[in-house]
Amino acid sequence: MNGFLDMLARLGARATNMVWRGGVMARFFFLVLVNSGPAFRRLPLTVREVYFSGVQSLVIIMVSGLFVGMVLGLQGFQTLQNYGAEETLGVLVALSLVRELGPVVTGLLFASRAGSAMTAEIGLMKATEQLKAMDIMAVNPIARVVAPRFWGGVVSMPLLAALFSAMGIFGGYLVGVVLIGVDSGVFWSQMQSKVDWYYDVMNGVIKSVVFGFAVSCISTFEGFDAAPTAEGVSRATTRTVVTSALTILALDLVLTAFMLKPML
Amino acid sequence: MPAQSGRESLCCYHSHPPVKSSIALNSHLVEIDAVDFAYGKRPILANINLRIPRGKVVAIMGGSGCGKTTLLRLICGQIRPSRGEVRVDGISLSGLDTEGLYALRRRMGMLFQFGALFTDMSVYDNVAFQLRENTDLPDDVIHDLVMLKLNAVGLRGVANLMPSELSGGMARRVALARAVALDPMLVMYDEPFAGLDPMALGVIGQLIRKLNDALGATSIVVTHDVQESLQIVDYVYFVSEGRVVSEGTPDEIRRSDVPFVRQFVLGEADGPVPFHYPAKSYAAELGLTVP
Amino acid sequence: MERNKYDLWVGVFLFAGFAALLLLALKAGNLGAENIKDIYKVEARFENIGGLKVRAPVRSSGVLVGRVQEIHFDNDKFQASVVLAIDKRYTFPKDSSASILTSGLLGEQFMGIEAGGDSAVLKEGDRIALTQSAVVLEKLIGQFLFSKAAEGGK
Repeated sequence: MNGFLDMLARLGARATNMVWRGGVMARFFFLVLVNSGPAFRRLPLTVREVYFSGVQSLVIIMVSGLFVGMVLGLQGFQTLQNYGAEETLGVLVALSLVRELGPVVTGLLFASRAGSAMTAEIGLMKATEQLKAMDIMAVNPIARVVAPRFWGGVVSMPLLAALFSAMGIFGGYLVGVVLIGVDSGVFWSQMQSKVDWYYDVMNGVIKSVVFGFAVSCISTFEGFDAAPTAEGVSRATTRTVVTSALTILALDLVLTAFMLKPML
Repeated sequence: MPAQSGRESLCCYHSHPPVKSSIALNSHLVEIDAVDFAYGKRPILANINLRIPRGKVVAIMGGSGCGKTTLLRLICGQIRPSRGEVRVDGISLSGLDTEGLYALRRRMGMLFQFGALFTDMSVYDNVAFQLRENTDLPDDVIHDLVMLKLNAVGLRGVANLMPSELSGGMARRVALARAVALDPMLVMYDEPFAGLDPMALGVIGQLIRKLNDALGATSIVVTHDVQESLQIVDYVYFVSEGRVVSEGTPDEIRRSDVPFVRQFVLGEADGPVPFHYPAKSYAAELGLTVP
Repeated sequence: MERNKYDLWVGVFLFAGFAALLLLALKAGNLGAENIKDIYKVEARFENIGGLKVRAPVRSSGVLVGRVQEIHFDNDKFQASVVLAIDKRYTFPKDSSASILTSGLLGEQFMGIEAGGDSAVLKEGDRIALTQSAVVLEKLIGQFLFSKAAEGGK
């Protein structure tokens, strides 16, 4: 009985803690927005962060996109063949990439590649008192350190997602057309006639922008909030990946539900 | 800007040893009045009074965890006292908003325990950081100023290295150059001697003294390194359990017969600060006596 | 302005990213390929539109000439009213007929327009009088079974 009560208490404590963190993160997000001036006025700061979060994630994103597209091509062909609908392979590949896999998988990869690096970097700066030193030098660390990273992430994420989808479609083309032999013209024309640039492509872009905001906010917050020890930073990095993944998937559900509505 | 004009009018400070009265208000750069501070429920400082005279190098000494670093954080306004008042250059910190605090901090420099150099910037950029962030100086002026500061600490040659390529003593000197980049009126040193070899330690000690005199600044050195600091400072405060237990010039401290100071200066293991953390008797712990 | 090594790579990244976006919109999507600006709208009424959806293609002789813009239920006549947006480049005689067709046996449904012989052409706001509803597979099978049963009864 006592053990059960204990468990209940722990569960409650965790839940309260989560709500609390959510509130603190919202306040942090607001602070970042308020202190975003320098990130735009001094563009080199943000450009540097776009380099770290965007350019350095290019390889992993593009290679993953290619592989995912190729798998989609193979699997899709297997299934579509049963219905004699091989010519819609392009549609299947493009739609699944543009609407779902592009933003979601890119978001997950981005969180684990760039997001965790952001957290570790900011956390380490905190652990070695660099943030405090900056504060004492009358430089606001949120404006100088956090905001450029945040906006760098927000800029990078949608572009990475677009590259992922483009590479994926190319991968699907490689497998479907070059390897299996679906007619190239049919592949593209079917895709063009079924994929709507607004309902499908733009919705995917909106998703990736939202994910970019979410991952950047979580990553910078976890870094800024990390306990200033080696263990604290490593825990914060783990939390970034886990929280980002869950947030991306939950947001994806919500966004998809919203976006499908006008189609019904 | 009232703070600025206040500073100019006070430039003719007196250099006599500090008096524990409030008449010579202008001669003290930092005044800490009856300050209490606690982290949560754990009290750190209790009714502490400190005066830091202008132009002097003052050491605050005490054992680990006695609240020395907390004092520095109070002076630069990173934390606020739960009671009492902290004044820097006549300005009370409790009445300042972030803007005012930042304006005051532009005139302060701080050397952190392990340097806290920005690891993603070169040595040059580290020293230039504050000049770039807080002034509108053109690049060539910044370059000259950075070289001047690096030259003062003898490290002009490492300007293009990254902090990770420096030894501990060199990193500390670079951090020192960074702390004085804006020619501050007040420089604070948080354990400047920690983890240095005797040679680097001597170099840092001399630099603290020289920079203070050259800049006409005031320095606060928080340390537990008695021998090194007694050689360079003008005045010493001993802090224990959140209060000032003794104070005086280095000579007075060396001759002091206050038990705590004696124990501290001579480095004795047992004394007013017991070697053993309070516990039940050893015999009882081992089960040799009936409790 | 001072340049550093990041600028080049970030520039490349931005270009590549936007190129990919454009590619997705143009090559995979239908932006530009078919973005009919000059349209005229005609209405057609059907007893049953089956599975016709908004934005379904309107074809004549198999060529895309427009899109279904609006579908609603006319509560006075108890019929489905479908508004077609047709490209201005194509004109059809007034007595053309509209029918709801299916691509393949189970494919999506689209609107087919068959030209008539009138010399007057359909204009904005006109109504196509001759329509043919969607073929409902279940009904077809039902009819087939009935006729078979009727044959067997003889």
